[in-house]
Amino acid sequence: MRRVSLAGLARPQFAALVAVLLINWMLFPGFFDISWQDGRFFGSLIDVLNRGAPVAILAIGMTMVIATKGVDLSVGAVMAIAGAVAAVMVVGGWPAWLAVVAALAVGLLCGLWNGALVTLLDMQPIVATLVLMVAGRGLAQLITEGFIVTFTDPVLIFIGTGSFLGFPMPVVIAFALMVLTTLAVRRTALGLLIEAVGVNRSAARFAGISSRLLLIMVYAFAGFCAAISGLIVTGDIRGADANNAGLWLELDAILAVVIGGTSLLGGRFSIPMSVVGALIIQAMNTGILISGFSPEFNLVVKSGVIILILVLQSPMAAGLFRRRSAAKPAQGKTAP
Amino acid sequence: MADGNTGSGAAVLQARGICKVFGQHRALDGVDFEARAGEVHALLGENGAGKSTLIKILTGAYHPDEGEVLVDGAPVAFRDPLQAQAAGIGTVYQEVNLLPNRSVAENLFLGHQPTRFGLVRKSAIEAKAREVLSTYGLEIDVRAELGTFSVAVQQVVAIARAVELSGKVLVLDEPTASLDRNEVKRLFEVVQRLKARGLAIIFITHFLDQVFAISDRVTILRNGRKVGSERLDALTPTSVVRMMLGKDLAFEHHPTAVAEGATGPVRVSFEGLGKAGRVAPFTLALHEGEVVGVAGLLGSGRTEMARLMFGVDQADSGRISVGGKPATIRNPAQAVAAGFGFCPEDRKLDGIFGDLSVRENIIIALQAKLGWFKALNRDEQDEIAGRFAEALDIRAADHDMPVKLLSGGNQQKVILARWLAIDPSFLILDEPTRGIDVGAHAEIVRTINRLREDGLALLVISSELDEVVAYSNRVVVMREREMVAELTGEAITPSVIVAAIAEHTAEAR
Repeated sequence: MRRVSLAGLARPQFAALVAVLLINWMLFPGFFDISWQDGRFFGSLIDVLNRGAPVAILAIGMTMVIATKGVDLSVGAVMAIAGAVAAVMVVGGWPAWLAVVAALAVGLLCGLWNGALVTLLDMQPIVATLVLMVAGRGLAQLITEGFIVTFTDPVLIFIGTGSFLGFPMPVVIAFALMVLTTLAVRRTALGLLIEAVGVNRSAARFAGISSRLLLIMVYAFAGFCAAISGLIVTGDIRGADANNAGLWLELDAILAVVIGGTSLLGGRFSIPMSVVGALIIQAMNTGILISGFSPEFNLVVKSGVIILILVLQSPMAAGLFRRRSAAKPAQGKTAP
Repeated sequence: MADGNTGSGAAVLQARGICKVFGQHRALDGVDFEARAGEVHALLGENGAGKSTLIKILTGAYHPDEGEVLVDGAPVAFRDPLQAQAAGIGTVYQEVNLLPNRSVAENLFLGHQPTRFGLVRKSAIEAKAREVLSTYGLEIDVRAELGTFSVAVQQVVAIARAVELSGKVLVLDEPTASLDRNEVKRLFEVVQRLKARGLAIIFITHFLDQVFAISDRVTILRNGRKVGSERLDALTPTSVVRMMLGKDLAFEHHPTAVAEGATGPVRVSFEGLGKAGRVAPFTLALHEGEVVGVAGLLGSGRTEMARLMFGVDQADSGRISVGGKPATIRNPAQAVAAGFGFCPEDRKLDGIFGDLSVRENIIIALQAKLGWFKALNRDEQDEIAGRFAEALDIRAADHDMPVKLLSGGNQQKVILARWLAIDPSFLILDEPTRGIDVGAHAEIVRTINRLREDGLALLVISSELDEVVAYSNRVVVMREREMVAELTGEAITPSVIVAAIAEHTAEAR
């Protein structure tokens, strides 16, 4: 019965994505055009994928944090820190590969810090990660000494703007990360154990699950994902902007996860659906920009569409839908 | 106490031909029910018999697929429990659904406070609350926070609130589950008063003696059908149990099998295990094929003892050895690795993963034991879940449904299955029959006996002395956080256990 309901859950997100894309196409007839230039694809669709990649990558990490009934508000700030570390290092003459490794390591470290606060000090996730959300941007500014650190290092720039097999690097990275992470959690028992911790942490403990280690890992992974996103946006603008890199993106990432159907109450999660959620958000952003409306509309339209999607996903809507097709009772319940 | 109330009142609430289907499962099939004014009507049935479903239909939480509900002879179709409440049907659940951090008076009148010019009149509320509660024989400070009172008092407040709001029919859904004997007596006095006031009372419980103590009429459900509905003075406890179970399922006492004692080698031993302030150091060894019962009052240290053994709490003294070898158990994960299993007392809080499927709930401990990288694939999971669901007769329409939709007894069996799946050497059951009704009790008791025969070492904590006696090879008695007695052989009788528990409690009172 779960398989049936999962298929049912999957529908509103895909329908929403298709609807947003179609509306974009009506507003801008060239929306689906894709061309091949200089060994890579160009077009609005590719642009949606490319621009959506940073949030999609954040959402991959965020999905698992939210599945454990947590949340990570610091990922935007961690993006800024990772970008700052990489930029300052290449400007300082370090090799690019080392700068990348250092940025990823710093992201991981930030995640470990969050995980330690949540598990060892037993802080509420929203408070624990708020600490780094606020302090992280300060840290990033300390690293860049208050400047926007620009660079010309080809490797970093390639991460943000290069292409592989015709697709922009951010898209390739996000796709690879989605596939690898999904395999890592679903081909091992990690996914189930994370869901178990999210559904009932106390019962997880009684069942012999080491939830502390799992929680720390999940937050560390979210930090790692944020560092990847940070490298991408830094490479894209060829500079580290401690004030603006990743600003408010944590909220887009949380939204993407929720649109993707993972409950903020923890439990069941789906990484690919969170990526779809990120693409829905970006498709709306892109659509509003290319259709010539002023960007102020963006936020209003976005919130409207989001409310619509969440309502469609709610049990209430499912109930309405069920009642309409009431010919066969499909309630997955037996008597208590 | 079925008084000579032969001329029972008019039928206030009636249900006719109620059918309710969930998916493939017919929860109710053509059930009639009738609650009369001035009568206590007990509703009985095994887990999954359809009691809860019927109550939810009567109180507007579910809609019947067929049949009709009538109030005072007129058909009604409640959209939600609020409408049922407005029509005079109030419900009090096992867990008190009130606000513990507000005053008693506020709880009584929340949502319908007497007001003047739109302002809540605190003094008026308090005066009214005192007046209402005095009719229930409850003289308490109505300004104090509700949470500071015992569950029994909270229950009476909940009843008073329901009667104030509704006033025709009162549904009591397992109100006595968390009450002690004296509190039950007080609750029953309240019920008698309400009965005298002409309320129709529907009483759901698992305790047969309570049914006979207070009810006038009983309706018995089995597998979604009504088996019978009769005046209680025409029935005996045995006939009621037989109607509920549809078979003779008295507790088989095994004095012979048990009295022989354990002969197998020692499986686990706990030497001087203790934790300051929780449990005084105790020494206990369990043999293969042995059940050790733990008796004692609530708060006597029974559960605390089990928690130390399983590493939920960390002992500050003592040694544990498993199969003769010293073992370190500082957390449940290490306990599971050592082959221990623990079915906790609070199923919902510490046992069940409500949103996960039956299958996942069964395999989760085995998966935790195997580790992250040895994932059980879907076929293996299905095979394990299927095998143990069959062995323990877990009634679920399908193993992919969320476990929270199962009845309490079936959930308990799912947790038991979870531990059997790791092929344990030592299993702790804390109140395995709590909140489960008679038929499932017998099943759990038989399962315990079967596991003993399979060579498992079991520690069973239970307040049901007649059950403890039926399955234990040895009984240890806990009192005031200390192990005070160990009974074997002929000494294992309820009266000896009660004497051991009570020995010094008289002076403590």
